[in-house]
Amino acid sequence: MSAALDILQGGPSLSIQDMGRRGYRAVGLTEAGAMDPEALHEGAALLHQSPDFAAIEMAGSGGSFRATADIRIALTGATMAASLDGEALTWNASHAMPAGATLTIGGARRGSYGYLHIGGGIATDPVMGSRSSHLRAGVGQTLETEDTLPIGPDVHTEVSNGLTPSDRFDGGKVRIVASMQTEAFDQDTRDRFTATTFRRDPRGNRMGVRMDSEGAGFSTGSGLSIVSEIVVAGDIQITGDGAPFVLMCECQTTGGYPRIGTVIPCDLPRIAQAQPGTAIRFEFITMAQAIALGQRHAADMAGLRSRVAPLIRDPATIRDLLSYTLISGVISATTNPFEE
Amino acid sequence: MTEPLIRTVGLSGILVTFAQAMNEPANRAALAFRAAVEEAAWPEVTETSTSLVSTFLAVDLSATPLGQITDRIQSLLATQDWTQAPLPAGRTLWHVPTVYGTDLAPQLEEAAAVAGVDPDAAIAELSTSRVRVLTIGFAPGQPYMGELSDTWNIPRQEGLTKSVPPGALVIAIRQLITFTNASPTGWRHIGQTAFANFRPGTDTPFALSPGDELTFPAITRAELEDIRAKDTSGNGGASREALT
Repeated sequence: MSAALDILQGGPSLSIQDMGRRGYRAVGLTEAGAMDPEALHEGAALLHQSPDFAAIEMAGSGGSFRATADIRIALTGATMAASLDGEALTWNASHAMPAGATLTIGGARRGSYGYLHIGGGIATDPVMGSRSSHLRAGVGQTLETEDTLPIGPDVHTEVSNGLTPSDRFDGGKVRIVASMQTEAFDQDTRDRFTATTFRRDPRGNRMGVRMDSEGAGFSTGSGLSIVSEIVVAGDIQITGDGAPFVLMCECQTTGGYPRIGTVIPCDLPRIAQAQPGTAIRFEFITMAQAIALGQRHAADMAGLRSRVAPLIRDPATIRDLLSYTLISGVISATTNPFEE
Repeated sequence: MTEPLIRTVGLSGILVTFAQAMNEPANRAALAFRAAVEEAAWPEVTETSTSLVSTFLAVDLSATPLGQITDRIQSLLATQDWTQAPLPAGRTLWHVPTVYGTDLAPQLEEAAAVAGVDPDAAIAELSTSRVRVLTIGFAPGQPYMGELSDTWNIPRQEGLTKSVPPGALVIAIRQLITFTNASPTGWRHIGQTAFANFRPGTDTPFALSPGDELTFPAITRAELEDIRAKDTSGNGGASREALT
């Protein structure tokens, strides 16, 4: 019998996400996928499996879950309180989850989007090549209490590994490159834009995140009649009231509002994970710098597995201490290893 | 600007633009150039699409030398005058029944006023205009259609309408859109249809293709309600014929 994960109680905004759905931009569907793809890479490294496996994205808060078989899980992204049958679980780590045990995940304490990864991945039927829900487009839906999700076969067994995530949960500096309409904003407006400390507005979702600031908006003067043009995730669109919207993974494919710049892909999780009110500043970099950063990020993601290390646990908190092999490779205390 | 213009789009790809503003030859060029790029099947291009006057090539620019892809694009651009290319083959003409105005489409009168015509004249013209799908975008299967007469060269409204329902017919800048899903919009809501652009889970999830043509004949609210009660196809009472 294959394993399944039951959602005993779901938070308001749980969805299945993977690396997204490519090939449907021409018919109006953006890639979507996880708001924080780096978290998918981390979960994959912790469980020693492909980053293409689907996980549960938890916006703001988690829920409670139970599996029908012994499974492995990993927890990444926004830090949330987690426990297994009442025993606290380390975030950014992999754990064994026995059949019938109750996993409870609370609200986000740092960051916005947490991820629950399962060894073998969530194995729902792909729709147009992906398991990810594109909520705005009406592909897939949010997960609900009493949903049951199939789990794929898991070929690995190691658990209790941890990983230190990159610093991306507290806003800060976000790097952008010029967009096709950057020049439509005069130099003073662009300078003011990069000199402004924005606060992430509570109005933010998988489609886009609004940025608040003091003072005047950022208009081009001719913004209402430009020709509709392609939009990509990371584009910073200035709508009629002059407030910037950073477009996220479920953004539209085209848009008629001018874009002052584009957040580079490796900095986009910083926008996704910023909680409402978090301070964010934008900094223009050149395409050459952006390409170099993109290459370094790809190498970092490919090398994540080498940064996974066993969790260090306090023996006093381990209930089944005697079941662990605490000593192995015994050597003699009396023979001299340098003789023979 | 000299067209075609080749620009980067963040690190997500390259945009080839055939005009600064919407025009018919540039729209045809974008469609034809996209077809040619698809045909060429360059390995670094992960997908392609068109907007009104541009062809987009999705390319991971942090993994692909910029010169390599722009050289390919320039060589292909040089092979013909893309603005003279024919429209795609196998196009369809749709007639989509539409209720104009009423509380179902509360901005007809406002749009007519901005255009400087009275509401009856607006309905008479809009319900007989034939438009073409210039591009699909914004939401799954959602068409941008044009071009209407110059009367309808009206700007988007400054504020956003909080939400228009699925099937809403909206207008701005000589173009029409029927909305796929409930959505905020800066375009004015002038008509209501029962046409579904996106039919997930069916054999043809995307009803329209760029190059298809449409009319929006006027019906009464009672007729629309009758269509809604009976239609399971998503066509919303629309009839279709092949264009050759």
